[in-house]
Amino acid sequence: MLATPDWRLDDLGEDVYEPSEDTFLLLDALEAELPRLVGGSARLVVELGSGAGLVIAAVSRALQGGAHCVAVDINPAACRATQATAALNDARVEVIRGDLLECLLPGAIDLLIFNPPYVVTHADEIYQGDGINRSYAGGARGRQVMDRLFPQLPRLMSARSCFYMVVIDENEPQEIAALLGDLGFESSVVMRRRAGIERLSVMKFVRL
Amino acid sequence: MKLLTHNFLTSRCLKGVNVGYPLKIVLGHVGELPQALIEDYESNEDFLKKVHHVLLEVDVINGELVCPESGRKFPITSGIPNMLLNEDEV
Ligand SMILES: C[S@@+](CC[C@H](N)C(=O)[O-])C[C@H]1O[C@@H](n2cnc3c(N)ncnc32)[C@H](O)[C@@H]1O
Repeated sequence: MLATPDWRLDDLGEDVYEPSEDTFLLLDALEAELPRLVGGSARLVVELGSGAGLVIAAVSRALQGGAHCVAVDINPAACRATQATAALNDARVEVIRGDLLECLLPGAIDLLIFNPPYVVTHADEIYQGDGINRSYAGGARGRQVMDRLFPQLPRLMSARSCFYMVVIDENEPQEIAALLGDLGFESSVVMRRRAGIERLSVMKFVRL
Repeated sequence: MKLLTHNFLTSRCLKGVNVGYPLKIVLGHVGELPQALIEDYESNEDFLKKVHHVLLEVDVINGELVCPESGRKFPITSGIPNMLLNEDEV
């Protein structure tokens, strides 16, 4: 089971993305995938954009020290919140402040998790600081942040690695699947859910 | 930051840097580090325990990671390395 970790709103502050429907969908999808994750031989697990840190804390606990778990976020308040949530749940999580995964060694990531800023916004909103705007602002089609990551994946991911990502329909998941296909990843949709006006999916990409 | 994490970090995204690995670590205290690889390291339990301790238990709270090629410093504050680059550095 992938237990939902505890978190304290006091640790977050208004600059950190508060765990929401998308967070819980991702947790549910990873729980459904858990036999694969635990059975797999992941040595390095990375969550990009960890926010309050629930997801990586839950995964770290579920893997019971079997993998090195690293969280990366561009927002310094999110980095501190992830650290606090990990400590609260007695989960081993390493936190790094960075932009996407540009500071990570090539070929090292076995399991990657990303709940990206997917909301359709004006492009400028992405770059208005490193605070809460970074949690949702996705620019045109909500794709501008994730689109920067995709071309880096073949370099970053290990052989037979796996990547889970949250999207909304406006991000055009089928086009994403085609893009990632060209980069050598097989796509599927693990879970879908409607939350208010958002039609959320968790996509899974397996390196071929 | 655990020392094992440092094994996965690079400064290769800096303009003009090719490999950017391994980063140098500047800190006050690392605990007891074996100085060189001893011959029977695979079966030497004491040595393996020390390596495990150094990689997974020593926690760097404050310090710096330094790019081996450019000397660019990345501060570690409260256990969190800041690997963010300025726009003019990439
Ligand atoms: C939708 S929030 C998800 C937070 C958390 N994982 C969750 O599911 O509740 C997106 C997160 O990605 C981070 N982020 C956005 N752009 C980033 C980038 N370029 N590099 C690193 N992190 C980024 C944001 O700061 C934010 O914490």
